Amino acid sequence: MNEALPTRERLRWQCRRGMLELDLVLSAYLESRYSNLDDAGKQRFVDLLSVDDPTLNAWMFGNQSPVDAEMVAVIADVLSAAVEN
Amino acid sequence: MPLARRRFDTLIIGAGGAGLNAALQLADSGLGVAVVSKVFPTRSHTVAAQGGVNAALANVLPDNWHWHMFDTVKGSDYLGDQDAIEFMCREAIPTVYELEHAGVPFSRLPDGRIYQRKFGGQSQNFGGEQAARTCAAADRTGHAILHALYQQNLRAKTHFFDEWFAINLLRDAEGVVLGALVIEIASGEPLIIEAKTTLLATGGCGQVFRTNSNAHINTGDGMAMALRIGVPLMDMEFFQFHPTGIAGKGMLISEGVRGEGGYLINKDGERFMDRYAPHARDLASRDVVSRSIMTEIKEGRGCGPRGDYMLLKVDHLGEEVVAKRLPGIRESSKIFAGVDPAHEPIPVFPTAHYSMGGIPTDRFGRVVVPERHGEETVPGLYAAGECACASVHGANRLGGNSLLDILVFGRLAGKDIREYVRENPYHRDLDDAVVQAAIAPLERWEQGGDGPGVAEVRAELQRTMEDHAGVFRTDEIMREGVDKLDALRDRLAAARLRDHSKAFNTARIQALELDNLYDVGRALAVSALHRQESRGAHSRPDYPERDDKQWMKHSLYFKAGDAMDYKPVRTKPLTVETFPPKPRVY
Ligand SMILES: Cc1cc2nc3c(=O)[nH]c(=O)nc-3n(C[C@H](O)[C@H](O)[C@H](O)COP(=O)(O)OP(=O)(O)OC[C@H]3O[C@@H](n4cnc5c(N)ncnc54)[C@H](O)[C@@H]3O)c2cc1C
Repeated sequence: MNEALPTRERLRWQCRRGMLELDLVLSAYLESRYSNLDDAGKQRFVDLLSVDDPTLNAWMFGNQSPVDAEMVAVIADVLSAAVEN
Repeated sequence: MPLARRRFDTLIIGAGGAGLNAALQLADSGLGVAVVSKVFPTRSHTVAAQGGVNAALANVLPDNWHWHMFDTVKGSDYLGDQDAIEFMCREAIPTVYELEHAGVPFSRLPDGRIYQRKFGGQSQNFGGEQAARTCAAADRTGHAILHALYQQNLRAKTHFFDEWFAINLLRDAEGVVLGALVIEIASGEPLIIEAKTTLLATGGCGQVFRTNSNAHINTGDGMAMALRIGVPLMDMEFFQFHPTGIAGKGMLISEGVRGEGGYLINKDGERFMDRYAPHARDLASRDVVSRSIMTEIKEGRGCGPRGDYMLLKVDHLGEEVVAKRLPGIRESSKIFAGVDPAHEPIPVFPTAHYSMGGIPTDRFGRVVVPERHGEETVPGLYAAGECACASVHGANRLGGNSLLDILVFGRLAGKDIREYVRENPYHRDLDDAVVQAAIAPLERWEQGGDGPGVAEVRAELQRTMEDHAGVFRTDEIMREGVDKLDALRDRLAAARLRDHSKAFNTARIQALELDNLYDVGRALAVSALHRQESRGAHSRPDYPERDDKQWMKHSLYFKAGDAMDYKPVRTKPLTVETFPPKPRVY
């Protein structure tokens, strides 16, 4: 395990957001897919959690997308996990 | 081992718009201010408010605070206090300019003045033409406000306890509030924060209902903390439901969808709103549409295998319109309902949205409780924002008035606290017994053994509230609900935490939140059972009329013995004539 990554317990609280939609998709991802990611993937999710709520909301449910291609991929993964849930 | 202690001039619990605006007034005047927030401040629920904040700036259409006041009194179904409403509508104007100076990037007109949108319930000239009163920072108003206020507070050296959870208030034998017991989520360590004043700014409690539009953090913690020290909650039966939440999930499908031509159908494909509101149809007011949906479901015309939702149809608008004008709705429907609204209707159900009731305060944010010949303040205790009830929304809140409420009363509470601390410059002694009483909930969840889990009891509570204290309220339904809540009280007492670890034990926080949800849910259900009339958001098929003779009064619910008390509505404004009650028709 990568020591630099926050514990899952800490991340669970990071998934508590100011918007219901984000609460649901982020925590669903943490519980369903996060543990199967490699360290780089985990780090990308951690980075995603540091983005502010309206931006995340616009990326996930609005007509915007992040510049960074890796971020685009994480979001697609998060949303597909939410649909499965 | 004695608990660790810190001392501040003033403690603020909650870092949403209300808490941060109060903190800023105080830190700017050099007081030692502690702000405790269970989540990082800019993740407070205020961030979800995208619509905007009302102020009669008259930048787009003619307007003045008196018209705004009329709309708010009428919207409240005459249960709002007219002095507080006058005050809020007047203060709205300087409040918005103050925010502009604090750095909120409001959307602008070509000439540089703040742009203003039209919202429902806004009129010119006391009920005339539509007004345009809502100021917004694009679709990020809430976030822009939080961000600006947070930055200003950092500059002013406000001390932030981010990701700390407040458990209980400390109130001594003379009734003075001396601070709060809090716990650091990261370490699980408790801390006593002693303060000369404490402001509750903990936001709403939408999570008491199964289907709700609120973030998971909205568990009514401050309201429950107030109840536990003997402070009543006011007008809790008034809870605003938005008719179109995604069924089973709760997030809003905004009115805009129906504005674009979307409409509701039942299982027979019938446009049932034609029967309930032949003129306004799907665009009738929120309470009317919510009630119609519930009636259809109760009468067996609900959709799906359990017949428990209605359908919102938009596919007839065509894929292009849906993609262009309703992109957000399309994405969230796909994700949360598993349907693409361009091709299939969206399953919807009324979703709990906003609590009009809360901790009773005067217009300076001071918490007030009844005493023999009127009311008195609780020394050292303040409340502002959605957890409070300064009584500006009465029985029904208008869109854009909630951000206004939190900012105006947050700011005023800050100013009054400054005076209070000047007059009460010393910390009072804190007795051990006070601390012991406050720590009880924490110790209770340390018990080992078997019992129902927290998530299980919470789900039962939310379901009970939805079925028995939601949109559809008759004496029979609500009595059954209170019986179920009695049984749930035993289940809650028997519930056990499986994991007693300390660091980032979010299960423990959820257990403490469940205690709060229960107390607040019970306050709501009991208050609703007692009010025998229909007014604003509180609608009873068995008492379908508003009854100004008997019920133009505020309810006060006390936790001890589920006792109810009432107090008169303040119908006299500060400087203008009273708006006498009239039927609330639009
Ligand atoms: C989807 C949605 C859209 C909305 N849009 C609008 C709009 O456009 N215009 C409008 O006027 N209103 C709107 N509202 C209503 C408005 O957003 C809220 O009423 C308002 O933001 C509440 O602000 P607040 O400062 O009282 O509390 P919040 O912003 O909810 O903040 C509460 C704070 O208390 C803290 N807290 C809570 N409990 C504890 C505890 N036990 N210990 C420590 N900290 C605690 C939280 O961490 C948080 O910092 C909307 C509401 C929803 C649900």
